[in-house]
Amino acid sequence: MVKRLLMGNEAIALGAIHAGVNVVAGYPGTPSTEVLETISEINKGEIYVEWSVNEKAAMEVAAGAAIAGARALVTMKQVGLNVASDPLMSLSYIGVKGGMVVLVADDPGPFSSQTEQDTRHFAHFSNLPVFDPSSPEEAFEMIQHAFEISEEVELPVLFRPTTRICHSCSTVEIPEERMKHEPDGFVKDPKWVIFPSLSYKKHIHIEKLQKVLSEKFSGFKYNSLSGSGKKGIAASGIAYSYAREMLSGFEEEYKLLKIATPYPFPEKLGLEFLKGLDEVLVLEELDPVMEEALIELSYASGGKQCIKGKKTGDLPFAGEYSFELVKSSINRFMGRQELPKEKNTVPDLPVRPPVLCAGCPHRSAFYAVKKALSKQKAVFTGDIGCYTLGNAKPLEMVDTCLCMGAGVTMAQGLHRVEPDVKHIAFIGDSTFFHTGIVGVINAVYNNTDITVVILDNSTTAMTGHQPHPGTGKTAMKSVSEKIDIYGLLTACGVKHVAKANPLNQSEAVETIKQAVDFKGPSAVIFEAPCIALFKPAKKYKIKSTCINCMRCIREIGCPAISVNNGKVEIEPSLCYGCGLCSQVCPKESIGGVEA
Amino acid sequence: MIMNNLNIMIVGVGGQGTLLASRILGTVGIKKSYDVKVSEVHGMSQRGGSVVTYVKMGEKVYSPLIEKGEADIIMAFEQLEALRWIDYLKDNGNLITNEQKINPMPVITGKAEYPKGIIEKLKENYKGTVSLDALNIAKQCGNTKAVNLVLIGVLAKRTDIEKEVWLEAIKETVPAKFLDVNIKAFEAGYEVS
Repeated sequence: MVKRLLMGNEAIALGAIHAGVNVVAGYPGTPSTEVLETISEINKGEIYVEWSVNEKAAMEVAAGAAIAGARALVTMKQVGLNVASDPLMSLSYIGVKGGMVVLVADDPGPFSSQTEQDTRHFAHFSNLPVFDPSSPEEAFEMIQHAFEISEEVELPVLFRPTTRICHSCSTVEIPEERMKHEPDGFVKDPKWVIFPSLSYKKHIHIEKLQKVLSEKFSGFKYNSLSGSGKKGIAASGIAYSYAREMLSGFEEEYKLLKIATPYPFPEKLGLEFLKGLDEVLVLEELDPVMEEALIELSYASGGKQCIKGKKTGDLPFAGEYSFELVKSSINRFMGRQELPKEKNTVPDLPVRPPVLCAGCPHRSAFYAVKKALSKQKAVFTGDIGCYTLGNAKPLEMVDTCLCMGAGVTMAQGLHRVEPDVKHIAFIGDSTFFHTGIVGVINAVYNNTDITVVILDNSTTAMTGHQPHPGTGKTAMKSVSEKIDIYGLLTACGVKHVAKANPLNQSEAVETIKQAVDFKGPSAVIFEAPCIALFKPAKKYKIKSTCINCMRCIREIGCPAISVNNGKVEIEPSLCYGCGLCSQVCPKESIGGVEA
Repeated sequence: MIMNNLNIMIVGVGGQGTLLASRILGTVGIKKSYDVKVSEVHGMSQRGGSVVTYVKMGEKVYSPLIEKGEADIIMAFEQLEALRWIDYLKDNGNLITNEQKINPMPVITGKAEYPKGIIEKLKENYKGTVSLDALNIAKQCGNTKAVNLVLIGVLAKRTDIEKEVWLEAIKETVPAKFLDVNIKAFEAGYEVS
């Protein structure tokens, strides 16, 4: 037994390894990324691990492995499951042979996501069980049970941690021994081919399984009931950990129901909890999933409990729960006096939103496009990645952002309504491979006059620099064929494709102008690596000839440049030597020196 | 200094190395046989945004978050961030802050002003405040990125946890090729009075 400090995602990864996982596939997405990364890092070759091109591909790779009897894990963030929902919905009918865990990390807040969607609904929607760990140490153990249960019922299972579980570290005890799972191989059988007649039979079967699972979960180790009294608190996930911490020492005054499997709801355990209660407080982040299950259960059993939660306005639907929020709602529920008002001495301070890093090539790319189109009416569609930050002042070069790959296709819809406006779609390299290619084919097929700008920084930057098909590196640490974006665009039938270095402004501006002037779909690939991939060769300094015109400050928004005591300064510890400021300066007063 | 529970907050600007600092602190906690919880921020907010990490250790810790007025120590990598989170410090808590200023975008674009006299004000209100130019110390040690280890050195001196335990935790956490400079930075911080 070794005690280690592990991040939730690392604990989940180690749990999967301890369960003898054979095949792992996923697409990066905060807060899920480190699960696959950890497995890739410590894998000695016995596990097959891949970063797939997108979540749908990952889900299907894992499904294939699982029907061949392997234990398979697929990882993604909550919006990734939207992309992978097609295979998931059918897979719940087809089922699996080897245990398959679908890890989907939810992001209450949200910290790094487009939506606050609740994956527990997907569990209900697809009739698949879902596990909801309340701490990293619990996640480590629970994912091992998840594989077992998946094999028992021959269904994939969902495993849903939230950001605060994924990115919290805990003391985790790791046993020496690991399970070994040998896949017994694919056996041909008509049951692997989905047909309407089979689906009907399977639908009856999975509905029956819901009852079996509910029964099983009432005795599941991580669902528990404690305490006594007329008031009860039901909690799940991180909200349970907050409740548990604040209730230490008051165990006798209330009943506490902890739920780790929100779907199918453990009804027997739920009824035992409701018995003798007058009032219930439900603590769960995102949607009122448990709350609705308890209301239904109370109604069906003729109960008269007053169930308080989101539906009664006692707790919010949106945002992450804080310890303070859980504490004050419990205090109100228990009729305890509110504690003295919390400290509030800090005046209004300048906010510090995330920004493109100093030296980020996206800044130069956005600036070049802005200059090239300064005299034309243009709309800039954006996409998901670091470059979404290009929407901020002073660049203001991202007018739309919807979901992965949507920039390329939305530009086409916009263009159909306003054909006289120039439409430029920005998309990163990893996003291009994920869902951007289909948009390019759509533009060529329908001959829509847009310009696609691929911001190729040779990595998946926002999620922490994972490789992708364009890098030729894999999660197995092997080298494969680099998929050439230029060649892909040409093969898709784009007649005008050009490459440029965004750090060279005159070249970049000229390249964009030519592409935008081209009639029909065109593309520009801006190639410059993310600053995390190299050391700066140069740093820039303000010369004495600076006239303090502030153009560099006003136009590019570099976090390394600011005004101190009325003078423009470049902070040397932040400068990464991209040289954009020196090309913007009208007086040639910014010069590079060797770093 | 370490009693039943020790609550530490690490605040700063995304990219300053706050994550490594929290991992070192967490590892020290485990070495001292405490139950440890750390809560970090990854993803979009990390790109130059305001970031906060919570480190809690004690007999048994459930929640990874620290509430206002409950931090024993705040370790700040930047002045404005020290002020932003100061309400989380206990009245008799210790603030260890880097004197570095990093202008946020509203200040750079002239929409807001960087508050003046932050350090003085914090020292006035919190007796246990230590401020230092950790960036300069790190630079002298050979790498400006070692600011985190300088600050950890300052913090380490103010706990009763043995220096050897800190050094072991650093060796286990820091990548081997940066170990020397990081140890040097830790030692420099440890000497700050």
